[in-house]
Amino acid sequence: MEVGQLQRRLVDYTKSLLTEGILDDQFSQLQKLQDESDPGFLVEVVSLFFEDSEKLLNDITGALDQQSVDFKTVDGYVHQLKGSSASVGALRLKNACVAFRSFCEEQSLEGCLRSLQEVKQEYYNVKNKVETLFKMEKQIVAAGGSVPKTE
Amino acid sequence: MVSEMEGDHFEEMDIEVLPSMWPEDIGTDAGKQFNVEKPKGDQDMLEEVTIIEEPTIVDFKRLLELTDYTERGASQLAHLVKHWEYKQANAVRLLREELDNLNKQREDVELRKLEILEEHRFEEERYGRDKRPISILDEVYDIWLEVPRRRNDVVVQNKRVEIDAEYDTVVYWKLRAMNLEKLLEASVQREQILTDKLQDSITNLERQSSPVEELSQILNRADNFLHFVLQNAPVVIGHQDKELRYRFIYNHFPSLHEEDIIGKTDVEIFTGSGVKESQEFKREVLEKGLPAKREITFETELFGSKTFLIFVEPVFSKSGETIGINYMGMDVTDQVRKRERMAQLREEIAVQKAKETELNKTIHITEETMRAKQMLATMSHEIRSPLTGVVSMAEILATSKLDREQRQLLDVMLSSGDLVLQLINDILDLSKVESGVMKLEATKFRPREVVKHVLQTAAASLQKILTLEGHIADDVPIEVIGDVLRIRQILTNLVSNAIKFTHEGKVGINLFVVSDSSSGKGEGCPQKFTATESRVSTNGQKEERHQSTSQTSSDGQVKSQVSVDGDEEEKDNSPETTVWIRCDVYDTGIGIPENALPTLFKKYMQVSADHARKYGGTGLGLAICKQLVELMGGSLTVSSREHCGSTFTFVLPYKVSTTFDHSDDPDELSDMANHDAVNHDTIESFFQFQPRTLGSLFSSNGDTNNQMLLPHTMGYTRSHKLNGFSHNSYSFPSNKVRPNDTASVEDAGSVVDDAETPCEPESSSSQRPSKQCQDDTKYRSQNPIADSTDHTEASIEVPEMKRTKEPQGTSQRQEKSQKSSQSISSSCMEVPKSTLKPKILLVEDNKTIVMVTQSMMKLLGHAINVVNNGVEAVCAVQRCSYDLILMDVCMPVMDGLQATRLIRSFEETGNWDAAVKTGIEQIVPGLNSSQNCLGSTPSTKKIPIIAMTANALAESAEECLANGMDSFVSKPVTLQKLKECLAKYL
Repeated sequence: MEVGQLQRRLVDYTKSLLTEGILDDQFSQLQKLQDESDPGFLVEVVSLFFEDSEKLLNDITGALDQQSVDFKTVDGYVHQLKGSSASVGALRLKNACVAFRSFCEEQSLEGCLRSLQEVKQEYYNVKNKVETLFKMEKQIVAAGGSVPKTE
Repeated sequence: MVSEMEGDHFEEMDIEVLPSMWPEDIGTDAGKQFNVEKPKGDQDMLEEVTIIEEPTIVDFKRLLELTDYTERGASQLAHLVKHWEYKQANAVRLLREELDNLNKQREDVELRKLEILEEHRFEEERYGRDKRPISILDEVYDIWLEVPRRRNDVVVQNKRVEIDAEYDTVVYWKLRAMNLEKLLEASVQREQILTDKLQDSITNLERQSSPVEELSQILNRADNFLHFVLQNAPVVIGHQDKELRYRFIYNHFPSLHEEDIIGKTDVEIFTGSGVKESQEFKREVLEKGLPAKREITFETELFGSKTFLIFVEPVFSKSGETIGINYMGMDVTDQVRKRERMAQLREEIAVQKAKETELNKTIHITEETMRAKQMLATMSHEIRSPLTGVVSMAEILATSKLDREQRQLLDVMLSSGDLVLQLINDILDLSKVESGVMKLEATKFRPREVVKHVLQTAAASLQKILTLEGHIADDVPIEVIGDVLRIRQILTNLVSNAIKFTHEGKVGINLFVVSDSSSGKGEGCPQKFTATESRVSTNGQKEERHQSTSQTSSDGQVKSQVSVDGDEEEKDNSPETTVWIRCDVYDTGIGIPENALPTLFKKYMQVSADHARKYGGTGLGLAICKQLVELMGGSLTVSSREHCGSTFTFVLPYKVSTTFDHSDDPDELSDMANHDAVNHDTIESFFQFQPRTLGSLFSSNGDTNNQMLLPHTMGYTRSHKLNGFSHNSYSFPSNKVRPNDTASVEDAGSVVDDAETPCEPESSSSQRPSKQCQDDTKYRSQNPIADSTDHTEASIEVPEMKRTKEPQGTSQRQEKSQKSSQSISSSCMEVPKSTLKPKILLVEDNKTIVMVTQSMMKLLGHAINVVNNGVEAVCAVQRCSYDLILMDVCMPVMDGLQATRLIRSFEETGNWDAAVKTGIEQIVPGLNSSQNCLGSTPSTKKIPIIAMTANALAESAEECLANGMDSFVSKPVTLQKLKECLAKYL
C-alpha cells in the first residue's frame, strides 16, 4: 500500500478510536510526548499498561472467585486499573472501572462479576485496537513513511 | 260483630223456613247459645291480664291507654281477636249445621205428627168424606226419604207402619194411630238426645275457649320469646310519654328500680354528659314526628362512659298526635372504641403516608439539587483546570517581549480569563456553602492584620484615585479565633465591591466591638464555630507547644517560634469568651437605589443590567458574602444612599481569650527580626492608603517598620503585577476569593506565616519563589509592595525599604541569598533547565502513571524521584529535602494523606516522632538530614505537596487541603496540569 494511504488510514483509525471513546486526549498527549522525547515511549508505556492490567485482571478474577469476596481488595485492584487506564487514556476501560467500583461499594457480587466481564471486554477491545494502531504505525515506518501527527 | 250478624242471619233463616206458627224464640234460643261474647277490644278484656315479669317494668295503665288510643295497639288486639273469632266461627258453623239437621228432622217429625193429628180429626170430621190419605203418606214418604240423604249420620228409623187390620176400619185406624204414636215417641226421644248433646257441646265450648284467656296466652308466649331473644342483648327498650317520662323500660342490667325510673325523665334519673343530649334528641323526634337514630356518648356516674346507639320513634295517637316515643338503645361502646381506633389508625396511616410522600419528594428534590450542584461544582472544577492553564500561559506570555498591540490583546485575554475564573470560583464557593460542604476552621488571627492586609492588597491593584482607610477600635482584641480565610474573603469581596463602585473619595473599614449580635441584628449563633472544633484546634496547639518547648532548651534557632507558641499557650489555658465584632465597609460611591436593596444579596443579581454592563462582575460576590457570614453565625446588612455611598455591615462572633494581655511580653518578641513591627501591628488602630498617584506608600500611625511585616499575600499580588502588567479590577478579587486553589493556599500560607513569620521570614517567602522571579531578591522578596510599586511607578520607597532592611542580621541575608538563587533557578518557566534543578518527588504506586508522569516531567525538564507509597515517601523526605512532592492519595501501605500529615508534623516540630509512632524507622536524625541534604534549608521549611487524586470532586480536594496538602491535580495527570503545578510551586 502506498504510504500516503497508510498514513490516511492511520489518522482515520486514530480519529475513530477517539470518537468511539475507546481512547481520549490523554492518549493523544502521550503520542505527542513520544514525538518530543524518545520514539519508543508510547509502546513502552502501553505495553507496561497491558502487562499491569492483565495482572490486575487476574487478581480481580481471583479475588472474585473466593468463597467470601473481599470487596475492598477488589476495589483496590479496580482503582489501580482505573488509574492506569486513565493515564494512558483508555477512556472506555476507565469508565467501566468507575462502574465496577460502584458495585464494589455496594458489595454486589453479581454486579462485580458483570462489571468484570465488561472491563475485560473493554480491555481486550482497547488492547486490540491499540495493537492494531501500532501495527499500522509499523507498517508506515516499514514503508518508509513517518507516522503522521494527530490533531 | 261478624258472629252477631251470622247469628241474625241464622234467625232470619229460621223464620223463613218455619211457618209463622213456629214459636219465635226457638231460633233465637238456639242462636243465643252460640252467641259468644265477642271481643270488641274492650278495655275490660285486658284488665284481667296480669303480666308480671321482672326486668320489664310496665305501667299497665299506660299500656291500656296505648292499646286504646293508638292505632297500633288497637290493630294488634284486633288481629288477635280476629284470629280467635275465626276459630270460633268455624266451630259455630259446624254446630249450626248439626243443629240445622236436627231441626229439620224435628220439623219433619212435628209435621208428621200434625198430619197424623189432622188426619185423625179429618177422620173424625168427615167420616164419610174421602180424602187422599195415600198422597199424604206419599208426602210423608218423601220427607222421610229426604232426611237421611241430607244427614247420613242421623239415624232415623223409617219403618213402615204395618197394620194388620182391614183398611178403613176403626181397628185399622186405631192401630195406625197407635203405631204413629210410637214413632212419634221415638222421634221425640231422639230429639231429646240430640238436644242434650248439643247442650253438652255448647257448655264444653264455652268452658274451653274464653278469648281473653287465649289472648293472654298468646301475649305470654310473645313475651317469653321476647325475653328469650333479649335475654343477653345489650339493649334498653323503653317508652316515654309526651313529657318524656318513662312509662316502660326494659333493661337487661337494671341498675335502678322501677320506681326510680317510671314517671321520670332522663334528666331526672341521670346526670352527666350525654344525658341532656339524649333528652334533646328525644324531644326533637317527638316534635318532628320522624324516627331517627343517633349515637350518644354518656359519661354518667351510674354506668361510666358508654356509647349508645339510640333509635327513637314517635308514637302517634289515633288522631295523629304524638303522644310519646319508643326508644331503643344499644350499647356500642366497644364498637365505637374500635371504630375510633380504626379511624385513628387510618388517620395515622394517612398522615404517615403523606409524610412519606412528602419526605420522598423532599429527598428526591434534595437529591436532584445535590446532583445538580455536584454537577455544577464538578463542571466548574473541570472548566477551571484548563482555564487556569490558559490564564497562566497568558500571564507567562505577558512577560515576554510584546509590542503594544499584542500587549493590549493579551490584557483583554487576561482580564476575561480572570473574570471567568472568578465566576467559576464563585459558583464553586456558593455550591459548597449551599451543600454544606464548606467547613469553617477556627484559627487564631489578628483582626488588625487582616484589615491591613486586605486594604494593602486592594491598594496594590487600585487604579483609581481613592483613599483606603481602616479604623480599628481599641477594644477589639488583638487576637481572636475564627475562620480567617472566610473573613478575609468577605472583607476583600466587600472592599473590592466598594472600590468598583466608587469613583472618588474613600473606601474604608471600621472594626469595633458590639455588645452582642443584637446591635448588629445578627441572628446570633456563635455556636456555629462549634466548641469541639475550637477545642480540637487548641488541643493540637497544646501538643505542638509541648514539643516545641522541649526544643527551646536545645535549639536556640527556633526560640522565636516557641515564644509565639508560649503566647498561645497563655491563651489556651485561659477561658474563652465570645466577642461580637462589627465590621463596616463604607464607601463614597454611587450608592444603591432603595428598590434594589432587597435583591442585593440574591444570586446573579445586580442593581441593574446597566450596572452589570458598566461594572462587570458576576453578581455572586455579595451572595457568597452573605452566605459565609450566616454560616459563621453572623449577619450581613447594608445601608445606602444613592450618590452618597453605601455601608455594608457584618457582625460576627469570635472566640477570644479574656486574659490575653495587650502588652505582649517583650521577651517573647525579642528574637523576632521584626519585633517592633509586630508590636505596632498588634495595637495599630488606623491605616490609610493614599491615592496611587502618591505611590502606594501607605502611612500609618505605626512605625514604617510595619512594612517589613507585609504579608505574603502582598507578594502574591505583586507577582500578578509582574506577570500581568496592567491589572484591571477583576484580577484582584479573583486572586482573593479562590478558596480551593491558589488563593486558599496563599491564605493558608499567610495564616501560618502570621505565626511563623517572626522567626523565619525567609522560609515563607521561599515557598513561592517562582512568583517573584526577582533579580534583587534580597530586599524585594521581603517586601513585595515595594516590588510592585517599583515595577509600575513609584520607586521612591526602594531606598527607604533598604534602610528598613539594614538592621537585619547578616546570617539571614546569607541564607536569603542562597535561597533566592534557588528560586531564580526554578522560578522562571522560560528557563526550566537552569543551573540548579528543583528536587521533585513523585509518590505513586501505579506503574503506568509513574511512567507517564515521569516522561512528562522529563519533557518539562525535570528528573524526578519516584517512590511507591506513603512510607517510602516519608523515608525519602527523611533522607533528602524536596522542593515539591507529587503525592497520590490512594496508595497501599500508607496513603498520601497520612504521609502528608507526617511530613507536615515533621516540618512543624522538627522531629519525626509522629512517623516513628506509625512504625517508620528514622533513618537519619531529621534536623541533620535536612541540613545535610540541602544545607541551608531549615527543617521548618514547608514542602509544597500536591495531591494527585482520582476524585476530582471538591470534597476530596477539601480533604487534601485539610491534611496539609497545598493543592491537588486531578488524574489523569496531563502535561498542562503538571506545568501549572510546577509554575505555581517551584
